[in-house]
Amino acid sequence: MSDPRTSGLIEGASGDWEIVIGLEIHAQVISQAKLFSGAATRFGAEPNSQVSLVDAAMPGMLPVINRECIRQAVRTGLALGAQINKYSVFDRKNYFYADLPQGYQISQYKQPIVGPGFVTIDLEDGTSKDIGIERLHLEQDAGKSMHDQHPDLTFVDLNRSGIALMEIVSKPDLSSPAEAGAYLKKIRTIVRYIGSCDGNMEQGSMRADVNVSVRRPGEGLGTRCEIKNVNSVRFVMQAIVYEASRQVDVLEAGGTIALETRLFDPQQGETRPMRSKEEAHDYRYFPDPDLLPLEFDDEFIAAARASLPELPDLKKARFEADFGLSPYNAEVLTAERQSADFYEELLEELAKLSGKPAKEVATRAANWVIGDLFGHLNKAAVAIADSPVSAARGAELLQLVDDGTLSGRMAKDVFEEMFASGRSASEIVAEKGLRQVSDSGELETIIDRVLADNPTQLEQYRAGKDKVLGFFVGQVMKATAGKANPKVVNELLAKKLKG
Amino acid sequence: MSDLRDLKIAEARDGLRRGEYTSRELTAAHIEAMAPARELNIFITETADQALVMAEAADKRLKAGPAPSLTGIPLAIKDLFCTKGVRTTAGSRMLDEFVPTYESTVSANLWADGAVMLGKTNMDEFAMGSSNENSYFGPVLNPWRAAGSKDNLVPGGSSGGSAAAVAAKVAMGALGSDTGGSIRQPAAFTGTVGLKPTYGRCSRWGMVAFASSLDQAGPITRDVRDAAIMLTSMASYDAQDSTSIERPVPDYEAALSGDIRGLKVGIPEEYRIDGMPPEIEALWLEGEAWLKDAGAEMVPISLPHTSYALPTYYIVAPAEASSNLARYDGVRYGFRKPGTGGSLSDMYEATRGEGFGAEVQRRILIGTYVLSAGYYDAYYLKAQKVRTCIAEDFRQAFESVDVILTPTAPSAAFALGAKSADPIAMYLNDVFTVPASLAGLPGISVPAGRSAEGLPLGLQIIGRAFDEESVIRSAGVLEAAAGFDARPENWWDSAK
Repeated sequence: MSDPRTSGLIEGASGDWEIVIGLEIHAQVISQAKLFSGAATRFGAEPNSQVSLVDAAMPGMLPVINRECIRQAVRTGLALGAQINKYSVFDRKNYFYADLPQGYQISQYKQPIVGPGFVTIDLEDGTSKDIGIERLHLEQDAGKSMHDQHPDLTFVDLNRSGIALMEIVSKPDLSSPAEAGAYLKKIRTIVRYIGSCDGNMEQGSMRADVNVSVRRPGEGLGTRCEIKNVNSVRFVMQAIVYEASRQVDVLEAGGTIALETRLFDPQQGETRPMRSKEEAHDYRYFPDPDLLPLEFDDEFIAAARASLPELPDLKKARFEADFGLSPYNAEVLTAERQSADFYEELLEELAKLSGKPAKEVATRAANWVIGDLFGHLNKAAVAIADSPVSAARGAELLQLVDDGTLSGRMAKDVFEEMFASGRSASEIVAEKGLRQVSDSGELETIIDRVLADNPTQLEQYRAGKDKVLGFFVGQVMKATAGKANPKVVNELLAKKLKG
Repeated sequence: MSDLRDLKIAEARDGLRRGEYTSRELTAAHIEAMAPARELNIFITETADQALVMAEAADKRLKAGPAPSLTGIPLAIKDLFCTKGVRTTAGSRMLDEFVPTYESTVSANLWADGAVMLGKTNMDEFAMGSSNENSYFGPVLNPWRAAGSKDNLVPGGSSGGSAAAVAAKVAMGALGSDTGGSIRQPAAFTGTVGLKPTYGRCSRWGMVAFASSLDQAGPITRDVRDAAIMLTSMASYDAQDSTSIERPVPDYEAALSGDIRGLKVGIPEEYRIDGMPPEIEALWLEGEAWLKDAGAEMVPISLPHTSYALPTYYIVAPAEASSNLARYDGVRYGFRKPGTGGSLSDMYEATRGEGFGAEVQRRILIGTYVLSAGYYDAYYLKAQKVRTCIAEDFRQAFESVDVILTPTAPSAAFALGAKSADPIAMYLNDVFTVPASLAGLPGISVPAGRSAEGLPLGLQIIGRAFDEESVIRSAGVLEAAAGFDARPENWWDSAK
């Protein structure tokens, strides 16, 4: 049986079940100020230090729409290829909670700012799939209740209260945990590209509500459960696997699935009911009378569109077509805009240094960025934006290999040094005298000496023990302190030994 | 010094500039009158010390050179408007000890023009009421009594304290707010002028919200000119209120030309409701005659959805209120009662159960009900549609007329307690004022006559959106013709 994580199929006692998944992604809008107030939005500030009178819902305070948040929502909608609604309405979603100062959340309900769209996700088997977006709407975040600060009391931090969120609602088009993961990552990539959300799930600036149901193949949709506030791609996938299996167990035991809200517990790896149907809220949505309907014109949309960078799908296609990169390399390099920018800068520099067309050095550059650079960055937990080795210096290093100054082996050592010290390859090469010896005259002298010094091994080789060649190469490298060009050494040795 | 209290704002403005008296003297005269007037329970908070400081600053300003009309004029402020550093209760236990750190835009405009604050006036809790009997701080008494009677009457509501302050001459003018008639009806009950501007004319920022789509600040004064002076100062575009309209503020006083020749005045047939007292009907006809004498033309009009206005209002306003008042939960400010169970819900229930009075709770329940799943379409949505029809009625009518003349209220002031057991009878007080509120139109109540018992009666003029000038101009003519100059006997001041 296939793995349900990628197949989306669960093998039950009575046959196969399909998983149907829809995601509601809450993405915090990047803006200086909150959705309806001028308070700052910086993460990690002292509790209750970024709270305006509006955010605290003081008597007589009124919301005013922050234009920048609207612009970001429109940009995101455009990046999702979605319909932009020039007329939208902010509603009030009424419920009581200690961290909801107004007693209602201002959110778009019936008339969202962005309508249907789609994103394309790449699957592991190399195929791709379009996932429908139902809508994107703007809403206020609530504050944060802190239950762990005092034995009997709950503390409330309102810094987050009123921050703009985009809720991106997918259609139930996702049919496996892997697809859900790929979709979430894709949305994160897109919003990061366009700078409308930092996509930082650890800090809570992006989180997902996951709707899961199961059904027999070919049947209509089953009853879904909503798993609230899952805050990593891995947890989303784990939660789906657990929840779908749970539902299959319930159904196969003759039970029915209750429409309910559940929480995912990453420690236990399970979902648990959050509130039962009896406690279900009647949110009493109605248009917020403090706000006029939101209207903007085509010009506003055009300006938002003009501000969009090249989007990841287009960039990936261009990397494949223009640079001849493999789909894998193109995918990895374009997953983050900074990586793609770094790569393109390096490639341009390398092409200039080498005098070769970019396409000729592109794959070599891609392999180095993905292998050496990303490897080191990951190990050191450093973002590419903070890479101690700049794109230009990376290109210089690669060129030193290509022009024969450094061997691949030496290049790795030099790169270690560059990464640790932040110095350039040429500085390090000059300082340590790390010039690869490719001069055949110089190397021939050394080879002659090595052969003369090791008559026993020479005897063995001549007796047909080809492996001894490696020994000689090693001796030559040792004699040159690793600076000999291995390719030239191999050629010269082969010639000498034959002769 | 009681003569200083007889002055109207416009007269005092001139007297101050002529140096006949100072703002300090004017203010002190009113402060002196506030003590005996406590009998009427007009103020929730008196700010005499602050008033004198403001008066002295005004005197300096007047001495220094040209100053705005309101410089040095002592005013009373409805306790719905947040005043920086001064307790603001909205007439509720919920905000009994609430001291804002900010000033409402409307009151800030008045202070910027040099006006002096005497205190914060009593009101129906969260502006919900038509008699001022719903205040946590007790009812306000109408300075007026029926001829030969010692029975206390209500001043109307919800701006009952503001209206009584002006009628009893303890303030030269007062700030009120009108959601369904809360300025115009108390003005009619107290023989004062009450002006509700177009929705969006005055900022709602810093005004404790009752029903956001209806609430509008306005002045209560002794005459139409004073109302025009106050509105000119209060009105402004405010970027902090998304429903405020960006539009220049005219000098409303200049609208008082006295010339309404050729003005078309609509007389809506639907306002001749069953059971309207004959004296109200007679006053209305008299009003028509006065305007006609001044050269205006009376035009019978129809506002066919009028009878739906009151039920529509009592769906829309409570719906918004149920949400607007959700913030009073005992968590961050205001009254808090922990409750018995120790849970968050226990605290909400105890806090809101005791912090809100009966009428507020009734309206929160109505509002919650009409917004609930399964009822929303039948009530809230339907009411919104009817509201659109009502606004459309007016729009059509204003194609053929310039202003509309109606009575302000279906009766004169009634006795304390007379209607408090019957909310529907109480709601009927607003039958003539609510339609204009739903349509967002400006309306003014002008004292135009007296009932058989000698109590003041008001006539209302409704205008096109943002045409306060026509409203003020025709109200001025009406006022002059009516010649209403009766004042209540000063029965509350035993020293007099």
